Amino acid sequence: MEFLVASSIGLLTMCGTYLLLRGRTFPVVIGLALISYAVNVFLFAMGRLTINMPPILRDGVTEYTDPLPQALVLTAIVISFGMTALIVVLSIRAYLEIGNDHVDGRPVGAPSEAGDKN
Amino acid sequence: MSLTLIVLLPFIGAVLPAIMIRAGRNACATATGSVTLLALILLMAKAPAVIGGEVFQVSYNWLPELGLNVTFFLDGLGLLFATLILGIGLLIIIYARFYLSKNDPMGRFYVFLLLFQGAMVGIVLSDNILLLLIFWELTSLSSFLLIGYWKHLPEGRQGARMALAVTGAGGLAMIAGMLILGDIVGSYNLTDILQNADLIQASPMYVPALILILLGCFTKSAQFPFHFWLPHAMAAPTPVSAYLHSATMVKAGIFLMARMWPVLSGTPEWFYIVATAGLVTMVLGAWIAIFKHDLKGLLAYSTVSHLGLVTMLFGFGTPMAAVAGVFHIINHATFKAALFMTAGIVDHETGTRDIRRFGGLLNLMPIAGTIGIISAASMAGVIPFNGFLSKEMMLEEAWHTVWFDQNWLVPLLATIGAIFSVAYSFRFIFHVWLGKPRDENLPHHPHDPPFGMWAPPAFLTVLVVLIGLFPGTIAGPLVAATSGAVIGGELPEYHLALWHGLTPALGMSAIALVLGAVILMRHGGLLSATANLSRPDAKSMFDCAMVKLVALSRLISDNLHNGSLQRYLAIMVMAAVAIGVSGFYAQPDYLSGSRELLEVSPPAAIAWLLLVVTCIASVFMHHNRLLTLLLVGVIGLIVSLGFIYLSAPDLALTQISVEVVTVILMLLALNILPKETPKESMPGRKLRDVIVSVAAGLGVGGAIWAIMTRDLPNSISAYHLANSKIEGGGTNVVNVILVDFRGFDTFGEIIVLGIAALSIFALIETVTQGEAAKRLASWVVSNRRSADRHPMMMVVATRVMLPLSLMVGVYIFLRGHNEPGGGFIAGLVVSVALVMQYMASGFGWTQNRMKVNYHGMIGLGVIAAAITGISAWVAGLPFLTSGFTHVHLPIVGEFELASAMGFDLGVFLTVVGAVMLALAKLSQVERMAEHVDVNVDPMDHDPSAPVAIPATPEKEA
Repeated sequence: MEFLVASSIGLLTMCGTYLLLRGRTFPVVIGLALISYAVNVFLFAMGRLTINMPPILRDGVTEYTDPLPQALVLTAIVISFGMTALIVVLSIRAYLEIGNDHVDGRPVGAPSEAGDKN
Repeated sequence: MSLTLIVLLPFIGAVLPAIMIRAGRNACATATGSVTLLALILLMAKAPAVIGGEVFQVSYNWLPELGLNVTFFLDGLGLLFATLILGIGLLIIIYARFYLSKNDPMGRFYVFLLLFQGAMVGIVLSDNILLLLIFWELTSLSSFLLIGYWKHLPEGRQGARMALAVTGAGGLAMIAGMLILGDIVGSYNLTDILQNADLIQASPMYVPALILILLGCFTKSAQFPFHFWLPHAMAAPTPVSAYLHSATMVKAGIFLMARMWPVLSGTPEWFYIVATAGLVTMVLGAWIAIFKHDLKGLLAYSTVSHLGLVTMLFGFGTPMAAVAGVFHIINHATFKAALFMTAGIVDHETGTRDIRRFGGLLNLMPIAGTIGIISAASMAGVIPFNGFLSKEMMLEEAWHTVWFDQNWLVPLLATIGAIFSVAYSFRFIFHVWLGKPRDENLPHHPHDPPFGMWAPPAFLTVLVVLIGLFPGTIAGPLVAATSGAVIGGELPEYHLALWHGLTPALGMSAIALVLGAVILMRHGGLLSATANLSRPDAKSMFDCAMVKLVALSRLISDNLHNGSLQRYLAIMVMAAVAIGVSGFYAQPDYLSGSRELLEVSPPAAIAWLLLVVTCIASVFMHHNRLLTLLLVGVIGLIVSLGFIYLSAPDLALTQISVEVVTVILMLLALNILPKETPKESMPGRKLRDVIVSVAAGLGVGGAIWAIMTRDLPNSISAYHLANSKIEGGGTNVVNVILVDFRGFDTFGEIIVLGIAALSIFALIETVTQGEAAKRLASWVVSNRRSADRHPMMMVVATRVMLPLSLMVGVYIFLRGHNEPGGGFIAGLVVSVALVMQYMASGFGWTQNRMKVNYHGMIGLGVIAAAITGISAWVAGLPFLTSGFTHVHLPIVGEFELASAMGFDLGVFLTVVGAVMLALAKLSQVERMAEHVDVNVDPMDHDPSAPVAIPATPEKEA
């Protein structure tokens, strides 16, 4: 199981990084989302993996999974949503301002591109 | 305490002139002068004790971990310099009041002057060398401001830049030297360092430290070959020149050599570097000074020469030479400040500084002339003025100095230096004040300046005479105390007096006076003889070096910062990978640990397979953006499932609701953004990115594999599990951690979320201006879309669902403290329920029924969380301490009410507000782009309506 999680994190990071290095904003946003998954699961896995031991206190149960990474990751998920939303809006704004969605933000050509003929 | 005040007063007082200038120039100067006077009085109150041998010390902790503390100490050396800085500073302040014209911003001048003064006093009173370095850099910066005070003059700006570049570079070298020194001794306290001369001189790092520190001293004190900045700094107003180049700035390097004398001197390295540099500087500076036609230029090079003299004396390394050096510091400060001020008077009264146009000025300006002649005579070393005394001591020491087995070289060169010194001093006397007027058409008709302008130099000239006549009485105690502090041991046998009998030094002095006069008589001939000599122009060399350096740094930054974000990101990722790899190789360990692993269940294997496929597909198909988005949704779903499977129900709930909101958000974005990514990456770029990302993936995967196969060492989690119920009053430990144990973290996080939402608001609000608005106005909706804008089934379903989903939200919120749920998840669930309404029934219809201000909601949430936290203070507990109680309600039964619920409510409100604000603003852009008015009707076809209303016009492609 650990191998599956580790390889998933590695794969998510790999794909996320590749998309992060693309030249257009949308793949970068997607890449960032993939990396967010990887980072969140990474942090979560710092508490080691357990099955059927949720950190909900029950009478007579003594073994629980590590609650601390979960708490940290929970806020991280919400924050990464905030970040994604911001970056999406930024890329829309940049697209509207300069007429293309290249990450370098250089206005290229006439604003005719804005018509979105793709 | 008052010691700290002496240093701080100029800094604190520096605000005064800026304010007082509104009350007039006199008020401004008076305020400035009072600050300095107060500091001087505080210093003088300690002077008798210090001269008696006492050392004052005061210390505050600043960053003790770094060895950086605010420690000041006042001994004889500090007293001498602080007196010079504050005393001459006070005279300069008075003088500047009359020197500066009405057009000069006087407030600014005094602000700079006080800042500089404070930095100088800081240098001479610091006990901690790191603190000293801070003040050292401050003098470089504030002197830059002072030298460039007349910022309309290009010479002023260039001179200021050159001074900053040279002294700043030296300062950097000195930082390194001081750090080495502190490292050798193990303490950054000067008093500790001064105790460890043997340790330092025995260290292999002694020579590097010495050279680095001397670089700092030589640049600051304008020693050859760094002397060239000083004459260019003469573009400053004369009060600045008088201050910087007599008593302060250039003396900082001298001060440091004196300060470090006990630990650094006495070695051959010290002797050959310092004494030689001093000797060369003394002779060279004096030679150039003879031929300077600019009055201040002559004084500038004479300053260079005299600094060389003092440096040489400290370089000799004998206690007697150190005494002579200290004495000459006092004498030079008095006559040179007076001379600069006189030069300023001449400049001010005649309108020019060209010596060739002067002559016979004594008749026109008798007071200024007397001051100038006496001071210049002292500079020449004429009996009975103070300059004679210390020059005599210098020649005496030079007489005994052997340089590379040559016992004639140093005496000869010292005499030559003295000859030149006499020549330029006499030139100052004879060509300016005496003889016949050479130019009748001076820009102004000269006459003596107002009292306030000649009083300060006159005061100094009185000192020049008094010290000369009664050296033992006037300067003796100060010289003794200072020399004692410099030498750090027994004082040598010495006697300050005009007459020492027929000594070699007296002979050398006499030769100097005679030959100096001869040179002056032959001045015209010498001038034409040397005119054609090619001499290196330091300024053009410096400018050339600067141009090359700028070009070099431009080359580097242009290549590193070419504006390509892709390149920056790739470099950052590669750097992170490199750091990780180097860490791995620095401590080679088996990648796998020995922890017992979990079994792989078939569903887990299937999910993993699905994840692998979707991940790879999302990369290969990323040009089709909608498909990629779909795949990302699948990945999010698998991650949520993984959380459930791995005992994290709260995370699963959060992830899945965030997923919904994110996908909606990105769909909205794709309505505006292009739906496809063009294929534009070159194969080489792709290969590079594949290598980078594979390395990153392997690194991260390997790291977590190494972590997961090892046991968790001591963790604080057990504490949370044990105390969640007892202290937090909840059984859902994750939620208790969020709202209680680590509530402060959560508090910060909801604020971040709120800020992100408000930034989105700001980004969209301004979209109605400029280029963006033009593009939106001419937007062509070209893609095919559903004919059903608001499908009836969906409208009906969402309306039925709304109360149910809200109920679920409330339920999840309430139970959050004990079961999976809580403010974050409830907030997301409620947001999703509301977003469904917007999607199904249209923005306008929903907005008309949802009279909620989402900004307010964010603010309310943060405030609610804050109030919950603060209310703990009322109970006398720390911020965010939670309390709980058991409440019994009919029907519902007994349940727990924790104050943390108020906090969770804050979280809930912020999350709902932030999510809704972000989505609402985004949809606003969509509506602008599509030129659709807000729809009023809930659905395209309302079956309950009595009459069929025509549907809104379709937007077919």
